[in-house]
Amino acid sequence: MALYSEKVMDHFRNPRNVGVIEDADGVGEVGNAKCGDIMKMYLKIKDGVVTDAKFETFGCGSAIASSSMATELIIGKPLSEVRELTNKAVAEALDGLPAYKMHCSVLAEEAIKNALDDYYSKHPEAKA
Amino acid sequence: MKIYADNAATTKLGRAALEAMLPVMEEEYGNPSSLYELGQRAKEILEKARAEIAAVINADPREIIITSGGSEADNQALLSAADRGRKTGRMHIVSTAFEHHAVLHTLAKLEREGFEVTLLPVHEDGLVRPAELSAAIRDDTCLVSVMYANNEIGTIQPIAEIGDICAARGVTFHTDAVQAVGHLPIDVRAQNICMLSASAHKFHGPKGVGFLYVKKGTPLINLIEGGAQESGRRAGTENVAAAVGMAASLKDSAAHMAENAERMRCIRDRLIKGLAAIPHSALNGDAEKRLPGNVNFCFEGIEGESLLLLLDDRGICASSGSACTSGSLDPSHVLLAIGRVHDVAHGSLRLTIGEDATEAEADYIVKNVTEVVEYLRSFSPIWRDLEAGKKPYIL
Ligand SMILES: Cc1ncc(COP(=O)(O)O)c(C=O)c1O
Repeated sequence: MALYSEKVMDHFRNPRNVGVIEDADGVGEVGNAKCGDIMKMYLKIKDGVVTDAKFETFGCGSAIASSSMATELIIGKPLSEVRELTNKAVAEALDGLPAYKMHCSVLAEEAIKNALDDYYSKHPEAKA
Repeated sequence: MKIYADNAATTKLGRAALEAMLPVMEEEYGNPSSLYELGQRAKEILEKARAEIAAVINADPREIIITSGGSEADNQALLSAADRGRKTGRMHIVSTAFEHHAVLHTLAKLEREGFEVTLLPVHEDGLVRPAELSAAIRDDTCLVSVMYANNEIGTIQPIAEIGDICAARGVTFHTDAVQAVGHLPIDVRAQNICMLSASAHKFHGPKGVGFLYVKKGTPLINLIEGGAQESGRRAGTENVAAAVGMAASLKDSAAHMAENAERMRCIRDRLIKGLAAIPHSALNGDAEKRLPGNVNFCFEGIEGESLLLLLDDRGICASSGSACTSGSLDPSHVLLAIGRVHDVAHGSLRLTIGEDATEAEADYIVKNVTEVVEYLRSFSPIWRDLEAGKKPYIL
């Protein structure tokens, strides 16, 4: 029995959408170094759709995998859908996380919400 | 390359142990408490093993109780001294902040029962100061418990000095020597040790067996009541084969201790030199007063579990004191005790090499740790902030 599912290990070993979007429309950062997890999400948004997402993560294997999976789940999606993304959806897409690692998927959800908030604060008209 | 660099967690069963155990398991299945010859032969084999163990630490065989391992030995030692303390009105215990949980959790239990526990600081170098220990001992101190060598950072404590202080003050001195036995020379008489815990699987013996040395005249209580095994101090039919394996591996370790230690120190220092070249890294614990096989570093800007997983992919088994590897929210209490802040304690790596480690393996480890740390930093938001000057480096 491995610690993580194959999916988690795949996203951990080959994280998708790693990096920074310099001219991001929304940036979100959650977690803190004291707890050992920090996630930073960068979103490009056009016409109410997430056209690109990138992340930077300081954290354990499941934190990196959760960030990677979360970006995959939101790219190309309308904001109405992105807003509804739950940590459970992230964890399920990874074929599950160990119970004590579920908070990593929560961080991914929060990082995206945080980035959306940032976007809405700059574009209040988009919130409708 | 496959490299097992987690010998502080456990070691591979050695040939000496295996070869000694096989015939006992196959032929000598008698119960040492039985009076017929098969039983009495098992008894003899067990007592020979006990004598061999005692000889390595300069104890008397009657002072050795065979236990299920280090945790049990620690529990029995602490609870026995506390029992004595309770009966004599001495309810104060002195220990250290970076003991193994087998000791710390037992102390926490005793605190709940009304004992007062003083945990000595271990300073940045991971070493107890004898003067501070001496100052902490009071008239009502019933026990001093200081580990021989730390399991995470490998620092070796001034055991003989502590033993002298305790002897002079008439206080029982216990040492958790689980990481030291089989690796460092120990003389319980010369070092004034009253009780000492050991575990076979840390020196190439089988798992699930260890021993408690108890100086003659030191009162003990039983954790396991039942038959009269172990001179009535631990009930249960003895695991003769395990005891024999423990004795054989200990004898073997003792016979090659000096040469093994010298070779391991060279490899250890090669690792330390190589890893210290990684920017913003730091060795944890004193560089000299440490176990011959222990290397422990913090790397700023990364988290330990992801480091371990990627090293595993490259064939390297190691460990970390990050919260994610401990299953709790806090990083290792040992790293916190030597003053590492949470942020960097999460990025720790422990490598504990074996007797057969080679220079080529050390170079392979250094190369791969360097690469993986660099990779993980490349997408760490903390590292980005540090590099951008938004936050000062800690290391
Ligand atoms: C310092 C120390 N004490 C106690 C123990 C517990 O030993 P065991 O696993 O044999 O119960 C260990 C091993 O993990 C240890 O390193």
